[in-house]
This record gives sequence, C-alpha cells and structure tokens, in this order.
Amino acid sequence: MTKLPSIGQPVSRLEGRQKVTGSAKYAGEYNVSDLLYGYVVNSTITKGKITAIDTSAVKALKGVEAIFTHENRPSTAWFDLQYADMDAPPGTVFKPLHDNKIKFNGQPIALVVAQDFETARYAATLIKFEYEEEAFITGLVTNLDKAHEPKKGLATMLKPPPPPPVGDFEKAYSCAPVKVAAQYTHATEHHNPLEMYASTVVYEGKGKLTIYDKTQGTINSQLFVANVFGLHYKDVRVLSPFVGGGFGSGLRPQYQLFMAVMASLELKHNVRVTLDRSQMFTFGHRPQTVQNLRFAADAEGNVTAMNHSGIGETSSYEDYAEILTSWSHMLYPAKNTLFEYDLVSLDLPTPIDMRAPGGVSGMHAIECMMDELAYELKMDPLELRLKNYSETDPSTGKPYTSKALKQCYLEAAEKFGWDKRNPQPGSMQRGNKLVGYGMATGIWDAYQFPARVQVILTKEGKLILHNATTDIGTGTMTVMTQVAADEIGLPLEDITFDYGDSKKPFSMFQGGSAITSSTGVAIVAVVKELKKKIIKKAKGIKGSPFSDIKDEDIIFKDGAIALRSNPELALSFKDIMTLIKETELKAKKMAGPDVLKLKNYSKATHSASFVEVEVDKELGTITVTRAVTAVAAGRIINPKTARSQVLGSMIWGISKALHEETILDENLGKYMNANLGEYHIPVHADIHDLDVIFADEKDELINELGIKGVGEIGLVAIPAAIANAIYHATGKRINSLPIHFDALL
Amino acid sequence: METNTTHTTSLRVNGADYRLDVLPWVSLLDALREKLNLTGTKKGCDHGQCGACTVLADGKRVLSCLTLAVMKDGSEITTIEGIAQNEQLHPLQKAFIEHDAFQCGYCTPGQICSGIGMLKEGRAHTREEVAELMSGNLCRCGASKGIIDALMEVKEGGGYE
Repeated sequence: MTKLPSIGQPVSRLEGRQKVTGSAKYAGEYNVSDLLYGYVVNSTITKGKITAIDTSAVKALKGVEAIFTHENRPSTAWFDLQYADMDAPPGTVFKPLHDNKIKFNGQPIALVVAQDFETARYAATLIKFEYEEEAFITGLVTNLDKAHEPKKGLATMLKPPPPPPVGDFEKAYSCAPVKVAAQYTHATEHHNPLEMYASTVVYEGKGKLTIYDKTQGTINSQLFVANVFGLHYKDVRVLSPFVGGGFGSGLRPQYQLFMAVMASLELKHNVRVTLDRSQMFTFGHRPQTVQNLRFAADAEGNVTAMNHSGIGETSSYEDYAEILTSWSHMLYPAKNTLFEYDLVSLDLPTPIDMRAPGGVSGMHAIECMMDELAYELKMDPLELRLKNYSETDPSTGKPYTSKALKQCYLEAAEKFGWDKRNPQPGSMQRGNKLVGYGMATGIWDAYQFPARVQVILTKEGKLILHNATTDIGTGTMTVMTQVAADEIGLPLEDITFDYGDSKKPFSMFQGGSAITSSTGVAIVAVVKELKKKIIKKAKGIKGSPFSDIKDEDIIFKDGAIALRSNPELALSFKDIMTLIKETELKAKKMAGPDVLKLKNYSKATHSASFVEVEVDKELGTITVTRAVTAVAAGRIINPKTARSQVLGSMIWGISKALHEETILDENLGKYMNANLGEYHIPVHADIHDLDVIFADEKDELINELGIKGVGEIGLVAIPAAIANAIYHATGKRINSLPIHFDALL
Repeated sequence: METNTTHTTSLRVNGADYRLDVLPWVSLLDALREKLNLTGTKKGCDHGQCGACTVLADGKRVLSCLTLAVMKDGSEITTIEGIAQNEQLHPLQKAFIEHDAFQCGYCTPGQICSGIGMLKEGRAHTREEVAELMSGNLCRCGASKGIIDALMEVKEGGGYE
C-alpha cells in the first residue's frame, strides 16, 4: 500500500507494466474484425492543380476495395468553420480531398483502401496523377519582404501579439554606451513522435463510430469528425488511452483521421489508416524563424533598451502564430522596448505548436544576446542576469504569483561549478578539446484550462475518476491519481483515473504544459464536492455518531471519515455505502483558473540551464558533456515523472541546438530528409551527464494545488546555453540553429 | 503481380508454434502485429532507422521491419510479450519501471528487446559502450538517461540470462 500524502512522492508510472510488457495498445493496434487498410497518396508537386487521375492499374488489383480522390469523395460539410478544430489558427482550414488544388508538397490527394496493408501500400504507388504546376515559394529567409501582420482570430486569445513599444527604443539604443545586435535563424523541425499517426475506425452502423485515434485531444477529434461528416456528437466516440508521443503534433486532428472516417462511413466498414514516416513530414512543423535583436545597457550593466523583431513562417491558407518576441520584457526591466512579430505565407503546410512553441526559439535569441551583452560589459553572464533580475513582471508591472528564478540560477550554478569558469573564450581545454561553459534563462507560461471531472465512490469504497484528457507520456494518469489520493485519503491502489475517451467529461487538448493544473484542480474541486455528499450521507445514517458533528470537524483518512478530535471514531467508505444501501455516490464539477484573482498577477514558470561543451580542435565536433537545469514550476506532484519531463526537454534542447533540422529544397519546395535516418535526433550515445533541480517554489495564488506544469520549461534555456558555451569554447558566435561542426571549421 | 502466392511459414513465437500463410512481401513486423495480434512490437519507421520493431530471433536482436516473415521460417522469435515469465517481469522490465526509462512507451518494447540482446552479446563493458550499442534504438521522449541507467543496473546485477 502506498503512503499518503502521495503528492511529492516519486511514484513509478501506474501504467508502467503495460508499457514494458507490450500490452499498452496505441491507435493503430486495435485489430478489430473485418478491418480494411487505407494508404494515403501524397502530392509530388508543391503548387498547382491535379488535371487527370488514372486509377486503371489499381482497379485491376485483387484486394483493392476503394479509391478516394477529390473527384469521387463523398460530400462533407460545406462551411470552412465546420472543419476548424479547437486549435485552428485564423484563416481557412485545409480540407483533405476537397478539390483539385495543390497547396503544398506532400498534400494528401488520394486514399486507397484494400483488404490488407501490403496491397493498399502497393496500390498507392500505382495511381497516376497529372498536374499543372504553378510557381511557389517555400523559403523564409529569401522571402522576408513578403512579411505581413498575423491575422487575428480565436487562437489569438492564447497567443496575443507582442506588447506595444515602451519608451523610445531607437533613441535609447543610439545613445547607449554598451550595445549589441545580431540576427538569429532557426531551421524547420518536425515533431516526429515515434508512433506514427493512425486512426482505427470501428463502424458501428447507423451513423455511429468508435475511433481509436492518435491525438492530444479526444474531444477535439470527436468534434472535428462530427462537424465534418454531419454526425451527432454522441455518436462519435474517440479513444486514445495510449499515445506514442505528441509534442504538439496532435493538437489538431491529422489527415489520417479524416481519411479513415470518410472511408469507413462510405464503405460501411471498419477501416484503419496509418501514416508512414515520410508522411509524418506532410503536416504541421515548428516554423523557420528569423529574428533580429538589439539590446543596450548602461555602463553598470543595467539593460536599458531591447528590440526583438521576429518573422515566422505560415501556410498560404492559415496564419499560424507563435509567441516569439514577447519574452525578454517578462524578465528584464528595460525602460525602452520595441517588439514586432510578422509572418510570411509560404506554400507549405501550416505549422503547428511544437514543444515550447515560440518560447524556445525566442529565448534562444534573447539569451544569446544577453551573453553577448555580458561580454561587451566584461561582466559574468550570470551576474548580468542577477543585476537585471526583476521580482515583478516588467512588461505588465504586475507581481508574479511566484518566481523562484533566482534560486534556479544560484542552485544550478553551484551544482554545475560555474565559479570555475575562466571567462576568456578558448581558455579552457581538455586534451584536444576546447571546453566551454554557457548558461541561459528559461521562461514559459503557466496555463490552466477549464476541465470537468466526474468522480464515483463505489460500494467497495473505491474511487473512480473520469476525464477526457490524454496521457501522451507525461505521467498524467499517475499524477492525477496522486492528486485524488491525497484529497480523499485513499491509497493509490483504490483509485482509478479513467481517461483518454471523448465520452468522458471535458478536457482541453493536452498542450501548453497545462493538463496537470487543469485536470488536477478539477479533481480537487469534484472530490471536495463528493466529500460533502459522503458526510451528508454518513450523518443521515440512523444512530450515526457524526449526526451532530460540524462538517469541518470531520476528516477523511485511510478510506474512512473520522472525528478530527478523535480519529479512532471512524466509519469506512465501504461501511457507509453498505449502511446507506447505495451502489455508488457521484459528483461532477467544472473548474477553471480564478480569472478575477489572477488578472492582478503575471504567471510563469522559470528555469536556468548551465551547460558544458567540448569542441574537438581539429574536427569541430561538439559534445554536450554536462548540463544542469533548475526549474521553478511551483509544487512538484511527482518528482520522478516531472524529472523525466525535464530530462526529456533538455534532450530536446540539445537536439534543437545541435541535431535536428528538416532540410528544405527551395527549388523543389519539398523537405529532403523526411525519414529518421536523415532527420537527426540525439541517440543514447549523444547524451551524457544531465542533472535536474526543482527549486522550492510555493505558489498560493496560481491555483489550489500550487502547480504550474513542467512539460516544456526544461527545453527553453538549453539551446542558448549550448550556443553560449560554444562561444566560450571557441570564440565563435554561431546564431543559426542547429549548429554543426562545419560552422566551427 | 507474380508474387501473390502465399508461403507457409513456421514460426515459434514466445514459445507457441504458428504456421502462417504469408505473401513474401510481408515483413516479420507486420506478420506479428497484423496476423498474430502481437502489437507489442512497434512500427516507428518501417525502414530500420528507429529500432522500435526490435525482436529477438533465435536469441539475437533483429529489426523485424527489415526482415521478411518468410526469411524466418523455422525460427524462434521472442517479442516483448514473451519477455516476462509467468507474470514475473524480467529484471530489465522492472528496472525500466523503476528508472522511469520511458514516457510515451512506444519505443520501450524495442529498447527492452534490444537491451536484452545487447547484454547477451557481451560486447559492452562501460556505460559509454552500452549507450553506443543501444544507439540504434531512438527515444523521442528523451528517456535516454533512464534507459541507460536501467541497463547498467541489470548489467551489473547479472541476472539477465
């Protein structure tokens, strides 16, 4: 039996056994009977029209059931709005197989459905398309002159444009005694969760579907399917109990869902569509960015002026925006600021949020700029951060609900051994390697969405909780069980958190590091409600010793209610249920952030990363030999799973800085390395000594649990810390990510 | 197509004998997942680039996506479903849970099968060598530290035969 309180204990993942024995089932693994297999065909041109389709070779093939193209697709919803999912950016959503127009290379243009996977895959190669090609643009750097202000829409609420200018940046910058300026560019990245997108659609008859979908939002997929195909919401059930990674790519329904549902409804059959790895490069991605920064300080090192102008990439049909350029003023109290953010529309799929979207790209530029400023001031980079430390949020003037960033700096610096750093670039060596130390700051929002949870107390005295959220590997199921355990006073073994199902009460998609606070707070609220019911029922039992006791004098402990003053006097949940002759007690409640209270505060998670790199003197190869990240994210529910989130994020940071990049051929308008052999992510041998610290941060304002989320913050500071360490090792400022050895030769 | 005649293939998978009539273009991975419903073995790329499909064939780790089912006629295959013995988890499975050596869990079966094969090979002596010899198994969640910690614990503890 586990001990309470559970919060704060490093509980191993409750689904661990399923994951290590192979019994955890993912979307494409439900082998229902009479299953048909769909394979998607993608456009080989970048822009233009399909002028002819020849399917004769496929029709002759045994085992092929159907071919769907824009010419014969069944009718779907008329209005663009009906295709708009919960995460749709402003614009006109992409509608698969809608017409003959090609908007990007790799656009899905047909679906072949066959009796087995191999036949479908083979048949997909036999359809011949004729195209009329048009001129296209896909490169960001070569098209900066086409930048425009992002369109506004619903999504703008979560991603506001940068704040208006403060003071007079140009004047302050031109007069400043110390100033730096640089341009930073970032490559395209693709999420590449290891599980490929898949939907298994079970045709239940009479317009009813059960769908196993790879998604980060079961309700998002459910609403999309119902809206597009004109089905009743209650007739569409989307299940995603296990999700093989998302990282943002599952925040919108992907096209395999549309394809599989279309085929299932039309053929009145169970259908599965799984994308292949190259197709994983044919939808959302982290956009290319170009950022220009100018920072100035007075002679003492006070930052006086900050300009951050960024340009991101979007598609020709939607305006996807990130919060890229707003971060520096949430940290540093400069009196003069100028922040801008624009988009260039390219003939590529719409980007989609990818782990710490905007934050990691923007903070890379900001924190490299700060490093340059420190060198210009002949000041230690950490000292410059501390000199410009602000307890309040300079961009709003409001206090933070909590901010333990200073502890992050100091604890991580101490653990890392920052004091052993010789500031002179190239001064530290180890054999034939140059050694560099770099540091950087991280910041990320602390989101909380509304969520609804249902709780049931069974006649055995056990607790079952229902919520539609997914667990994309973050540890959600374990952490939610821990929250409920402490609130009701039951061991983890007696609690079931039932999730990953659109039929269950509302959850937003799992993104923005928000689910622990969103669902967690709703669990606390609903269990409090249940506790009231339990007390009321217990008081109503004939001869109840609790009849005349005030509610606040009753405690919940070890699966029972008891007198606060005399815990020996207790009545177990099981006995209560037996005595009241009920099979279950239920409560359902919606909870959300306390908007009225929080509007007087700024909220954020913070981090500080310290990194050591070795650079081979002759070969220029770069190794991250050590990294320490300290995170301030409020209360940590489960230090084991939270640490894994931060370690994973740190590896993502290493990857962004040194490895991953989707290479675009602007002449062809297509990605050239759409496979895991050539799209490089770190392998085990690339990962060395990584350390995580959680700063003690009590936050009584943010929410009832005092939690802020840890899914992204660990990534934010790492790329800049690595780039700064490379400068320290080599004296070279490489401002374009990823940094490869050739840039240092 | 000239290839659409099935071949009877005998596989002993996790101790059970199967006779499958498969077309020659069916990979061992798809045969396991689609025909035997052993979906614990994962498809992450289908091109031998990610390691998620690693199984043990006659005790050696192989990429089941680059192996045709017909090539393994008469072989003994162990998949992740066959690693635990009678509900008793293998020491490496236990170590994976303890060290939180996974997040989403999708690469996990391949990591475990590959890890067992790697330990049996006896070529890795240091942490660096273990990490190097496990580098064919990608983990996108970034659980590398837990994975190598788990492998080192089991390697040092012996008991993985």
